[in-house]
Amino acid sequence: MTVATSTAVDGFVVTAPPGVSFADWRDYLALLKPRVMSLVIFSAACALLTAPGHVHPFIGAIAILCVAIGAGASGALNQWYEADIDALMKRTADRPLPAGRVSPDEALAFGVALAVGSVAVMGLAVNWLAAGILAGSIVFYAVIYTVWLKRRTPQNIVIGGAAGAFPPLIGWAAVTGDVTLLPWLMFAIIFLWTPPHFWSLALFMEADYAKAGVPMLPVVAGETATRRQILLYSLLLVPVTALPWALGLTGWVYGSVAVVTGAIFIVRALAVYRNTATLAAEMGPEKRLFKYSLLHLFLVFAAMVADHWIVA
Amino acid sequence: MNVDWTPAQTAEFNRRRRSRNFALGLVLGALVLIFFGVSLVKMLP
Repeated sequence: MTVATSTAVDGFVVTAPPGVSFADWRDYLALLKPRVMSLVIFSAACALLTAPGHVHPFIGAIAILCVAIGAGASGALNQWYEADIDALMKRTADRPLPAGRVSPDEALAFGVALAVGSVAVMGLAVNWLAAGILAGSIVFYAVIYTVWLKRRTPQNIVIGGAAGAFPPLIGWAAVTGDVTLLPWLMFAIIFLWTPPHFWSLALFMEADYAKAGVPMLPVVAGETATRRQILLYSLLLVPVTALPWALGLTGWVYGSVAVVTGAIFIVRALAVYRNTATLAAEMGPEKRLFKYSLLHLFLVFAAMVADHWIVA
Repeated sequence: MNVDWTPAQTAEFNRRRRSRNFALGLVLGALVLIFFGVSLVKMLP
């Protein structure tokens, strides 16, 4: 199916005939979800820098590039499939597909080409274990999460969170050709971090998700149940974050950062749990937890790298 | 191309197409460098 694209020029909507694209290069960049990509690059790079052994810096950079492009491909395929619900939400209505600047065919071809290209280059330049995990993460995000889970279950974020947890495995495998306990613990940290992070966002964006018919936990189970789940996952996340240190896989730098940032995480999650607000404007604790969770993950992973390079 | 656009709209279309082509050129150039670099790294002792 070839669909005409349209865009606003000089205040008028211009429709390009089928096969003619009105997209700017920035629209293709937006399809890659660069903000999500930055987190993926960071976690993969941290694993790559923490893994024992040696990889040529150029090959290491190619591995990170492939992870970034693979994540971008997942984002493009996700936006291709979700254009209908993106059009209904204020936060996503101006994305290239719902805004009509990129046609579905273009987005699909772009996503598939990047997915195949990133996996092939990873396999040929780095190793096929890293390439296989990268392929698995793209399929997990684009098919298991986007197509299967997101519109069907409020547990979409929990299971779908695994897709975002793959990058440390890829970064580690790129160096060692193997996946051992520490990268799996990094996987577990991101996996358990995802629900409190996204559910705090979903609480203050609940109206948007409800409008689009996405069964996010606050929409289906209500704010109280979501706040309880946020606290429960936070209580699970913090000890798992400290496990690499407790098991002797990292040193005191990582251990102290994990304990301190974990304690702050629990305090913030408790503030969310105690909040009874139903209006987004009164959800200060939720907004603070959402922002802090990003900082928390950054600090924990950065501490793991610091521990490896400075202390060890 | 047979479309009913004003000169301003045609100019905007041309600008966007140029930007896409430029970005594609950069990507292709980067790919050449990547494959060249990977070949060197793999072949050199």
